[in-house]
Amino acid sequence: MAYDYEKSIRPGKLPHIWCPGCGHGIVMKGLIRAMDTCGLDKNNTAIVSGIGCASRLPGYMDCCTLHTAHGRAAAFAAGVKMAKPEMNVLIVGGDGDGVAIGGNHFIHACRRNMDMTYVVLNNNIYGMTGGQFSPTTPTGANASTTPYGNPDPTFDISKLAIGAGATFVARTTAFHATQIDKLIAEGIKHKGMSVIEVLDDCPTCFGRRNKFRSVVDMMKRLKEVAVPVQAAAKMPAEKLEGKILTGVLFKEERPEYCAEYAKIIEKAKGANA
Amino acid sequence: MSSPRVEVIDRLCKGCSICVEFCPTRVFEMDGFIAKVVKEDACIKCMQCELRCPDFAVKVHTE
Amino acid sequence: MAKKTALVQGNEACAHGAVYAGCKFFAGYPITPSTEVAEVLAAELPKVGGSFIQMEDEIGAMAAILGGSLTGAKALTATSGPGVSLKQELIGYACIAEIPCVIVNVMRGGPSTGMPTGPGQSDVMQARWGTHGDHAAIAVAPESIQEIFTETVRAFNLAEKYRMPVQILFDEIVGHMRERIEYPEPGELEVIDRAKPDVSPEDYKPYDSSKGDIPPLASFGSEYRFHVTGLNKAADGFPTTKPDLVDAEERRQIRKVEANRKDIEKNEEYMTEDAEVLIFAFGSTSRSARYAVNELRKEGIKAGLFRPITLWPFPEERIAALGKQVKGMVVAEMNLGQMIYEVERVTKGSCKLEGAFRVDGEPITPAQIMEKVKEVN
Repeated sequence: MAYDYEKSIRPGKLPHIWCPGCGHGIVMKGLIRAMDTCGLDKNNTAIVSGIGCASRLPGYMDCCTLHTAHGRAAAFAAGVKMAKPEMNVLIVGGDGDGVAIGGNHFIHACRRNMDMTYVVLNNNIYGMTGGQFSPTTPTGANASTTPYGNPDPTFDISKLAIGAGATFVARTTAFHATQIDKLIAEGIKHKGMSVIEVLDDCPTCFGRRNKFRSVVDMMKRLKEVAVPVQAAAKMPAEKLEGKILTGVLFKEERPEYCAEYAKIIEKAKGANA
Repeated sequence: MSSPRVEVIDRLCKGCSICVEFCPTRVFEMDGFIAKVVKEDACIKCMQCELRCPDFAVKVHTE
Repeated sequence: MAKKTALVQGNEACAHGAVYAGCKFFAGYPITPSTEVAEVLAAELPKVGGSFIQMEDEIGAMAAILGGSLTGAKALTATSGPGVSLKQELIGYACIAEIPCVIVNVMRGGPSTGMPTGPGQSDVMQARWGTHGDHAAIAVAPESIQEIFTETVRAFNLAEKYRMPVQILFDEIVGHMRERIEYPEPGELEVIDRAKPDVSPEDYKPYDSSKGDIPPLASFGSEYRFHVTGLNKAADGFPTTKPDLVDAEERRQIRKVEANRKDIEKNEEYMTEDAEVLIFAFGSTSRSARYAVNELRKEGIKAGLFRPITLWPFPEERIAALGKQVKGMVVAEMNLGQMIYEVERVTKGSCKLEGAFRVDGEPITPAQIMEKVKEVN
């Protein structure tokens, strides 16, 4: 049977706003499959985003959806989760939204380890504003605000998440469609802050400026650069030059924030009684 | 065994050509700005097209 | 039975007022001179099953209370001028998305870091026009510790009733001053909860104004699933750029306050009945002003005090009437002239107008006010 994505999408909302060949739709499909795998109740699931192309995703989803301000998704999400810990809280957004303007909220969300899942759709560019360089645009690449090539060093979003204290960090690409839902599902099931970075393509704003002839070229590049983390362990360093590790990059068990706060509530109520 | 019905929803297809390129049995071709099913019988139900279509426009109806 | 009394700081009274009002969620960031509000709520909220979070920054704190409020929790943040500056974008978000919340601004001097431990009243225009775009604003300005408690309760009521952000402005003097407070009994003060939808989840539209200017707000995590955005949106909550829909929504969000001024406005008038000269003052400054009125009366000058407790919306009608009654007005405020522009706008030159201003971190004295009153008498 064809997969029933429509049951999870608000009626009449397709076609979405994303450009031809933009991988955001592929990630959205993966997210829907992951939510199905985990059996998430739509009424009890909030999907929170910031601003940008990827942040339009929640509007299509038939859940409690919150399209916030630029960079603020993780902080709004923390409020939802603290005030109603029993809700499933998912965050989606792009690279600029998540780790440039939203960088502070991102790292502190990782540090607190609330039980939330953040799916970062990393397409290495600000798409909605027309292709300015982001913190993940490769050094030397072309963007509308780097007329002489990008002078900036980049963030590795997954490493940033691990360093900041997220307890489940995984990475895949829009090419590896079946891995998207598996990793998101694993992140949702993980009790704590999970970050799933999906390397994505922006044919309109990144591809055209950086000598990709087509959407398919961009997809093939994603296939070529990805090396599963288990395979990488057996590869010599020179062969890993320019490659990006995929799969579950980090996982640990650490007390979850809301569960710890529940203990504070019990303690305070006890002291009050 | 009957071959599955492969559907491109014209209203949703944005013509990225991902299905055309990634189908191992060349079921699709571009027809102007959108994809079109041209060799439905060749479909081997690998579901690559449905999985990869970013636009929710390709469906593979299997029994 | 005697009421429970205590000697508390204004900031503490604010925190206890929030709990009385049913606040269940606080998110904040440390900042002088408001921090005690957070400190007290960190202890008090878990006792009532609520929660407290210290966020990574002021913006995050504002974001968190909006997220929390959408789950149905009454939510509060507390800060001071620099923090309010940072929160402005999301105060605008609360306006357009119509999310009830309360923001406490314990005012200090400024601009920028200014004088963190000194009092100021220079954030009053910020409270009205701080965020970009057209929007309504409600702000209250208590003058005493008891009133901080009751106005905090009222601020929550207004936020919940009108589905919007409400700011509580008091200066560092009342924030840190200690006075005796009489805690109201449960039920003694009115506590309002936001209206819940009376339609089925299928028919629910979060901005459906067909039954009035304030559409009921469902909660995340109930059977009502809906979309919230900071974009201009239609009744169903989804973005629109249709000129007629955008215009109607913008106007409704301002009308919901304008049409309910009588319910929102609250003023104190002291000896205004026969006043020939009027002092306009709010917050701690009104305490000096009241003293000045008494002294001036002793000297045979018929002075009166008008004290807006609701600062925004501005009490236009009453000030216009008083402007016709008196010879002159003095606006006393701890800034270099902000509310005086509103008084000027509304009185339209019908009386003489002077300002008693001060920004050196010291309170305005009765003598300073009296001197100005004599100039316009």
